[in-house]
Amino acid sequence: MLFGYSFGDLGSILVMQGFAGLILFSVFVLMALGLAIIFGQMGVINMAHGEFMILGAYMTFLCSNLFQTYLPGLFGLYFFVAMAIAFVVAGALGLATEWLLIRHLYARPLDTLLATWGLSLIMQQAFRSIFGAREVGVELPSWMMGSLTFGSIDVQINGLFVMGLTLIITGVVALLMFRSRWGLQVRAVVTNRTMSGAVGIDTRRIDRLTFGLGCGIAGVAGSAFTMIGSTSPSAGQLYIVDTFLVVVFGGAQSLLGTIASAFTISQSQSTLEFFTSGSNAKVTTLLIVIGLLMLRPQGLFVLKVRK
Amino acid sequence: MFNVRGLNVAYGQSQVLHGIDMSVAQGEIVAVVGRNGMGKSTLMKSLIGVLPSRAGEISVEGIDVAGMPSHARVKRGLAYVPQGRQIFGTMTVRENIETGLVVTGKSDIPDEIYSLFPILAEFDKRRGGNLSGGQQQQLAIARALASDPKILLLDEPTEGIQPSIIKDIAVVLKEIRQLRNLTIVVCEQVLSFVLDVADRILVMENGRIVHQDQRKNVDEAAIAAYLAV
Repeated sequence: MLFGYSFGDLGSILVMQGFAGLILFSVFVLMALGLAIIFGQMGVINMAHGEFMILGAYMTFLCSNLFQTYLPGLFGLYFFVAMAIAFVVAGALGLATEWLLIRHLYARPLDTLLATWGLSLIMQQAFRSIFGAREVGVELPSWMMGSLTFGSIDVQINGLFVMGLTLIITGVVALLMFRSRWGLQVRAVVTNRTMSGAVGIDTRRIDRLTFGLGCGIAGVAGSAFTMIGSTSPSAGQLYIVDTFLVVVFGGAQSLLGTIASAFTISQSQSTLEFFTSGSNAKVTTLLIVIGLLMLRPQGLFVLKVRK
Repeated sequence: MFNVRGLNVAYGQSQVLHGIDMSVAQGEIVAVVGRNGMGKSTLMKSLIGVLPSRAGEISVEGIDVAGMPSHARVKRGLAYVPQGRQIFGTMTVRENIETGLVVTGKSDIPDEIYSLFPILAEFDKRRGGNLSGGQQQQLAIARALASDPKILLLDEPTEGIQPSIIKDIAVVLKEIRQLRNLTIVVCEQVLSFVLDVADRILVMENGRIVHQDQRKNVDEAAIAAYLAV
């Protein structure tokens, strides 16, 4: 007996909380991927990243309503359309933001922090004005509802779906990073921006593409988010701090580090939440992260090469 | 084919280059020599566009590139091998060379590059940062050649490299010039290397070109005097 639970119960609790943690992990990974490639590439911390996610969530909400009203027969498929729209809209807004705002501030990292924070406030107010201050929920198609039972535990279908989605998107980003022309240029710019220009890489163009792609992925994260939380204008703010924690903890330039750190943080959060309270879980998680960062200030994963 | 007229470069208020004029013919190797702090690296950086120039003209085959960002200059045919190599340390040797291919739109590295630098073919999958200094220098030259340049700019290619590799680099530079009729501008402090590769030698002092002569007429002692501290 431990904490008043039998060991059989404890096993089930750990698995169930572990699974809940995996869904949180999925959202963290999708958010952190975008934030990490933007931060790694241009040293810009996009404080509005949470709002880009919520933009994706609202797009999903709109899409579900449109399908319900006009195409009820195809409602089962709306989620795929919604993801595509969320990606395109958030990505397009990201490109526009880069062009209008960020590119004028590259030499001033602190100013980009302020500017993107301002943008996040503007976006929140825009959501409030357009969609209303109340939370909105998305109706799930019937095939995503319910759960599968494995022995003594239940596993939600939508949770499995979000995880599958995360796996695919992470795979695509990894492929793009390590196999495509764009990825080659991104990695070159991350290593040495000046020299990248001098070997013929158009760094400004790569910046814009990267920012757009990062924001687009945040939009898809928003689609996934609608399944586990309700969408409100300020919901994005709850995630930006955690996501940034994930990026710093993982080492800003390592895809694998980002994934490992998202896993650690979401699992400890979710498991601790069950045994203590939400705030205690957060305190403990932060303490663990701070402790590990003192031991490894450069993050979890760093490539070792000669300087 | 490569002309520089009245090039002025300044760091903030302090002017470093005072109206540099030089013109280089197709297939010519020109060496710029001078002591530390005389503006050689600044000249190279402003030619490729890493540093902005305040005034003056840099023309490649009649087109003025002075106002263009670096990547556009690379597209016009300039290529740059910086001081200290500055290869991309976390990327493999192959990927490093591929960054040079971006402007050409090609996807395969020409065999010619690997036959010039066989060691790079052997270490294809290694991370650039794990190569030795001399190998990194070869990689930096290979990366510059991948963009199919008309003019190759090299900033102190012999720095921190053992003498036998310095000789190899000299041989390779002359070989490349033969192969592609490439124009090469190299700035350097090692006099033996300069006398080995250059067709013409320019001497820089305090941001000006104070002396120039063909290699065959050069008095070694006179040039050495300019380099003496």
